[in-house]
Amino acid sequence: MLKIENLHARVEGKDILKGLTLTVNPGEVHAIMGPNGAGKSTLGNVLSGRDGYEVTAGSVTFNGIDLLALEPEERAAAGVFLAFQYPVEIPGVNNTYFLRAALNAQRKQRGEKELDSMQFLKLVREKLKIMQISDELLHRAVNEGFSGGEKKRNEIFQMAVLEPKLAILDETDSGLDIDALKQVAQGVNALRTTERGFLVITHYQRLLEYIEPDFVHVLAGGRIVESGDKTLALKLEEHGYAWVADKDPALSGASA
Amino acid sequence: MSEAQRTPFVESLLEAAAQAQLPGSGIGWLDAARRENLDAFVAAGLPDTRVEAWKYTALRALGQRRFAPGDAQATTRAVDAAAITLPGVDGPALVFVNGVFRADLSRVDALPAGLSLQPLSQALQGDAEPLRFALSRHYREGGDAFARLNAALSGDGVVLRVAPHATVAQTVHLVFVGAAAEGDLAWHMRHIVELGEGAELSLVEHHVASGEQQHLGTQVTDIALRKGARLRWVTLQDASAGSTLVRHDSMQLDEDAQAASHVLELGGALVRHDLHATLAGDRSRLETRGVFVLNGRQHVDTQMAIRHQALGTASDSVWRGVADQRSRGVFRGAIVVAQGADGSDASLSSKNLLLSGQAEIDTKPELEIYADEVKAAHGATVGQLDERSLFYLRSRGIPLAEARAMLTAAFCRAVFASLDNDALREHLDHQLMAHLPSA
Repeated sequence: MLKIENLHARVEGKDILKGLTLTVNPGEVHAIMGPNGAGKSTLGNVLSGRDGYEVTAGSVTFNGIDLLALEPEERAAAGVFLAFQYPVEIPGVNNTYFLRAALNAQRKQRGEKELDSMQFLKLVREKLKIMQISDELLHRAVNEGFSGGEKKRNEIFQMAVLEPKLAILDETDSGLDIDALKQVAQGVNALRTTERGFLVITHYQRLLEYIEPDFVHVLAGGRIVESGDKTLALKLEEHGYAWVADKDPALSGASA
Repeated sequence: MSEAQRTPFVESLLEAAAQAQLPGSGIGWLDAARRENLDAFVAAGLPDTRVEAWKYTALRALGQRRFAPGDAQATTRAVDAAAITLPGVDGPALVFVNGVFRADLSRVDALPAGLSLQPLSQALQGDAEPLRFALSRHYREGGDAFARLNAALSGDGVVLRVAPHATVAQTVHLVFVGAAAEGDLAWHMRHIVELGEGAELSLVEHHVASGEQQHLGTQVTDIALRKGARLRWVTLQDASAGSTLVRHDSMQLDEDAQAASHVLELGGALVRHDLHATLAGDRSRLETRGVFVLNGRQHVDTQMAIRHQALGTASDSVWRGVADQRSRGVFRGAIVVAQGADGSDASLSSKNLLLSGQAEIDTKPELEIYADEVKAAHGATVGQLDERSLFYLRSRGIPLAEARAMLTAAFCRAVFASLDNDALREHLDHQLMAHLPSA
């Protein structure tokens, strides 16, 4: 489904990704772990099309199409969803209105019929139940005045409504206490299907106790330096990221 | 007067004055006031940008234009009835087309108790003495060219009075239609509004186009609120895209009087709005809310001046501006808390959004305080749409243009939240959305 090959990317003139290769198939959950500055967030931003990230080499295809050639909204319509590390507050834009506009914009781009407000409300009610979220959030402006946990749950709720093919979770665990983390993980697990792929980007192993990955990759110095199953995360937790660098001294330090 | 000041603009208006058969001519004091104001206008001409009040609005191009004195066919021009109705506004209505009163389009039968409403042209046919004070005004400031012109050439307008302690339940609708004519016209309207002690009124001032034209409209409005009177005043300015519209409003609030003014500026090529309010009585309060949404080469200049003159007075102003393409917005909010106006409260917020690199907005809040125990806050910003918010919306599938429209609407919309006429507020919202860069 997602095929990243030899991806090189630059931010503000600085090379961050330096030859990243990764394949995600439908139904798979891939965890990307790595120390600060390894390029984790850059990966999420490049995949979702944020401005300011220059791809200098390599390719990303999504179900056979060149993902990097698409505008952010086109990527969303194609089925890519990014759960933000820092969801943005948008005063004056109602959460429900925003979500319906987003869903219908995607449907329109895909040539599907837009949902009227009754159909949309029905869908939202179903998803609220799955996510165990109170509908009070819906009546507020997008993320405005939300707690850290509410913001992250709102991200997962959006994911539930938009039903992407590939979900990228960018450090969704950051800033969450254990209860909020469990709630978010529960939401994500409820959305796991045999068709949907997940890319779970995280610094800590903690999140992976609740969202069990099929594969774990260690990102360091802009490349994947180690891949394995979920036990790799435990090893990392035990030995720290220095252990990865020790295994391959050429990759320690910042130089490419 | 020097010949250099006799621009085509001044020439054409002088010709208009010579030809005009203005209502009320023959009334000695009125003839004299018109003549003196005309002389003052011709002597000084239009102000240039060295005059502080016109610093950001150049009138050189206007000075080269000529305007026909009036529309002989104004009383018979067809006007779409739908264009001059507004949701939530179903009270008495006075309609003017190209500055001429249209009895056939107006609704003045069965006026509610306590409301007196008639066109100035009719009021001048009766006892003109009650109008003498207002119509004898002289405008002495260098920037008052349009007020002088208006005083010299206006023959019609609105005379509205609410009797003491009367509450007018229905919203009064004043409609000013600029209708396409054979050439460019100039029209001038003079309005006088007075709410007696404890009176209440909701008023909608509505500028609307019937066909494309490039007329010049000037308007001078005096509003007096006696002790404890309450006015809710909404202005929807949706004049023709090519037109020039100059409005000069003066408001005085006596003891315990309250006024709320909501202004939505959408139309016009060159628009100037002066809103001067004096909080003359203790505890009087003024709320102003305004939004301008500009595109093309529109130029809209709002000059608000609020003077706190009495104890415990309050003013609260929130203005938002959006400029796209090559448009230009100007906002000046000058608040003076005069000596003796102790315990007053003045706040002013002017936030503005540039949607294009070629658009420009100049905003200037000014606050002068000469009293004690005054609470005052003011702030002004000019910025662009937040990139992070834009990306967030796009990452959810909302196309760039729609995302921009959504954020821009959100920026403006809160301004009218305090408007208590739901149907009208929704209409303003809708008009606002329709003028924003489309999705």
